[in-house]
Amino acid sequence: MASKKKLILGERLRRLEDPPLITGQGRFADDINFPHQLHMRIVRSPYAHAEIKSINTESASQIPGVVAIWTHGDISDLGPIDFRADKSAEELKAFRQFCLAKSRVRYVGDPVAAIFAEDPYIAEDAADLIELDVNQLSVISDADQEPGEFDEGLGSEAALLTHTFGDVSPVWDSAYLVVDVDLRTGRHSGVPLETRGAIGVHNKTTDTLELYGAAKIPHRNRDTLVRMLSRPPAKIHLHEGHTGGGFGIRGELYPEDILVLVAAERLGRPVKWIEDRQEHLMAANQGRNQHHLARMAFDQNGQILAMADEFWHDQGGYVRTHGANVPNRTMCMLTGAYKIPAFQAKCHFRLTNKTPAATYRAPGRFESTFVRERIMDIAAEKLGIDRVEIRRRNLIGVDDMPFKIKFNEPGLETLVFDSGDYESLLDKALVHFKWDELQAELNERRAGGELVGCGLGVFVEESGKGPVDGARISVDINGDVEVLTGGASLGQGFETTMAQITAAALGADYNKITVLHGQTDRIPYGIGAHAARATVMTGSAVNITALKVREKALDVAAELLQTTADRLDIENSEVFISDNRNGPSVSLAEIAERLAPGSKNLGGREPNLSAEGFHNTKESAFPYGIHFAVAKVDAETGHIKVERFMVAYDVGRAVNHMLLEGQLVGGCVQGVGGALFEEFSYSETGEPLAVTLADYLLPTMDCAPAIECLVTEDAPSPTNELGIKGGGEGGINGVGAAIAGAVDDAIGQVGAVKELPVTPQRMKVMLNRAG
Amino acid sequence: MMQKHDIKLDINGKKYEIAVEPRRTLVDVIRDQCGQTGTHAGCHHGVCGACTILLDDEPVRSCLVFGIQADGKKIRTVEGLAEGNKLHPLQQAFTDHHALQCGYCTPGFLMLAVGILEKDPDISHDDLVSALSSNLCRCTGYANIITAVKAAAEQMRAG
Repeated sequence: MASKKKLILGERLRRLEDPPLITGQGRFADDINFPHQLHMRIVRSPYAHAEIKSINTESASQIPGVVAIWTHGDISDLGPIDFRADKSAEELKAFRQFCLAKSRVRYVGDPVAAIFAEDPYIAEDAADLIELDVNQLSVISDADQEPGEFDEGLGSEAALLTHTFGDVSPVWDSAYLVVDVDLRTGRHSGVPLETRGAIGVHNKTTDTLELYGAAKIPHRNRDTLVRMLSRPPAKIHLHEGHTGGGFGIRGELYPEDILVLVAAERLGRPVKWIEDRQEHLMAANQGRNQHHLARMAFDQNGQILAMADEFWHDQGGYVRTHGANVPNRTMCMLTGAYKIPAFQAKCHFRLTNKTPAATYRAPGRFESTFVRERIMDIAAEKLGIDRVEIRRRNLIGVDDMPFKIKFNEPGLETLVFDSGDYESLLDKALVHFKWDELQAELNERRAGGELVGCGLGVFVEESGKGPVDGARISVDINGDVEVLTGGASLGQGFETTMAQITAAALGADYNKITVLHGQTDRIPYGIGAHAARATVMTGSAVNITALKVREKALDVAAELLQTTADRLDIENSEVFISDNRNGPSVSLAEIAERLAPGSKNLGGREPNLSAEGFHNTKESAFPYGIHFAVAKVDAETGHIKVERFMVAYDVGRAVNHMLLEGQLVGGCVQGVGGALFEEFSYSETGEPLAVTLADYLLPTMDCAPAIECLVTEDAPSPTNELGIKGGGEGGINGVGAAIAGAVDDAIGQVGAVKELPVTPQRMKVMLNRAG
Repeated sequence: MMQKHDIKLDINGKKYEIAVEPRRTLVDVIRDQCGQTGTHAGCHHGVCGACTILLDDEPVRSCLVFGIQADGKKIRTVEGLAEGNKLHPLQQAFTDHHALQCGYCTPGFLMLAVGILEKDPDISHDDLVSALSSNLCRCTGYANIITAVKAAAEQMRAG
């Protein structure tokens, strides 16, 4: 049993998800249609900040095929979009977004009207005829400028947030070295290839509202909708189909999701909305946009004595479902993998007139790793200590685990880094990627005149935050196994992962397993797929449940095979006697038949070969990693080519190495985009300058570096039975930091990179400064 | 509603006689009027390539063509790649090499790759990367896509 379990967990099994996706049989949001459906088109504000005087819908409503046009007044009974859960929510409530703007518009793209028509082309025609009359207001274009007005009497600084431990104040004057930095991360987003989509249906027979196109966190969104629409949970259901990428931004509750539901009920017809790309780039959540003034104090050996950071988080026009989660995560994870005696972080959480911000893959961590690791590079240079060595000297040790970070502020969650041997990973990575040989090679190339260099970023990731998830598993009389979860699949291989865990724990044939997710009418709870939770939380619940099913199967099999359960094993859905493999056996299908309701073999057992199980945890699992980049700068054009990228990552335990590497490599290339190309820039008057994919530049194949992965399983998580930690965000976390270090190294100016992305224009400025 | 025009499309060998408004893009016509939803629209302005199809065997972005322009032409989409249960070598290579995650860009990449390899089975690595760089993928980081296409190219050359 043990050997088989080990074999399946970690194996590079081909994905169960692939067959429909490679044959054109997927069911993405736009593939879902209902008879007699209406199509919704959102009219969006072309102004960054303005007071609405009037919205004239008259001529638009004359177009044949237009069924209804709504502005805020038509849905004034509907409150603003609620927060999911956030301790700081109360003070932020005034900054929430209504589905259609009430009295002001606060970013270009802010929904002001919704058109419902027989055809999407007609709805778009009508949208062009809506006349919006406004008084323009002064625009807050950046979070670090003087705060302005969000609403009458309400300033744009929604909150001043802090995270501190120890006392930093006595350190600065006495320290051997203090490094100050002024750093910025650009405005990025996940930009999944599928835009958002939502189809609302009102089932009049049962008076149930159904939302299709749901993703990421269907159950949590259902809970929010229950509150907002005052319906019982049994009367609202969310359905996740195929989802064309998520990255944190897809699947949050947005104005359009609520509009299609409310319209389906009030207009009495299904309502479909499919976002176009231009809308997506001005309406879907953005992130990353922070300005940091940070400092760290060191002794002469490079030991960190204190860290302080004051930063401005550009939240955009409204506070959305996450509340202040991203700036809080930024502060939590700023100290990373280092032991720092005193820490003080202060965040100005400010509204501006840009598209609202929220979580994007490794939220707060991509930013904080960039800040911290920039300082480490500069300190190393100033102290004359090797860049790797100064990091090594400050790493949290294996003997420090579990490592606790308790903040001074009452109510803030204490972080407990559950396990890890950071130094061992560093050592392994330096050997695996031949760091010393690489230095020699780069020195030689630089001597030959090339602007080429390398950099690194060390980080701790966060995953598997609880509190609980569950699963139901049943085996039918054909031996088919249904794994019912409240998880979500955004392309990461959720179904394969859960099937692999089930196959390993239960002994079922991997190919006879079907994994369900994202259907609130099938299972009442579900944690979804966010913050690298799915494999840890749902995976652990699936493991626990599969073991329960196994126990029941063995109990019946022991009776049938006239032996005891401890002498039995299960492989490929067949139960046999461990020391007599070729002897008598019984299949899971036969056992399921003998456990069918009314079966004479039931004895005192509950009918059916099935079980429900839960995984509870109070603690997160913290994976960790190191990124290394080699970059070459073209002095002429300012173009930066990332030649090599290396990821060392400890995941505790891998369920499928192929999928994990897929996550790491994909995350890395996304990070390369954020480090070099991607940026939502705005004009001074708040007009977005990147509203097509020709302006917001995603990495293409020819600029994606070859990525080498070193995955280790040295520090299984004690927070769950399998030892799993999350893998979804470790690919992107340190990319900005490592590439910044590599660019510095290439041009021989440590600390030169102060802002991401390092566009050719910014690179040229640095080169010119160098003379 | 604009005046509709009768057109004939041949999609994967099947004939469709439909009436289209001149302004309807080909991707919308294929999906909404012919029910072939394997072709996906990702950007509607010709940058991402998710909607790539073969139009008279040439890879084309179906969001940049009007349906009416395809009148009488032969269209191949992802639904036509497999022969019964036998996957096309590219489809097989994509699953073998984990060249897809969310799968949204996959039909476009498959059709682009089919177009490239049918025209130039011996295409060099650099030319292949250059040609495939016209489509976007946000999940995989591309490494497995290039591996899969090269594996399929070898398979296709071997017959």
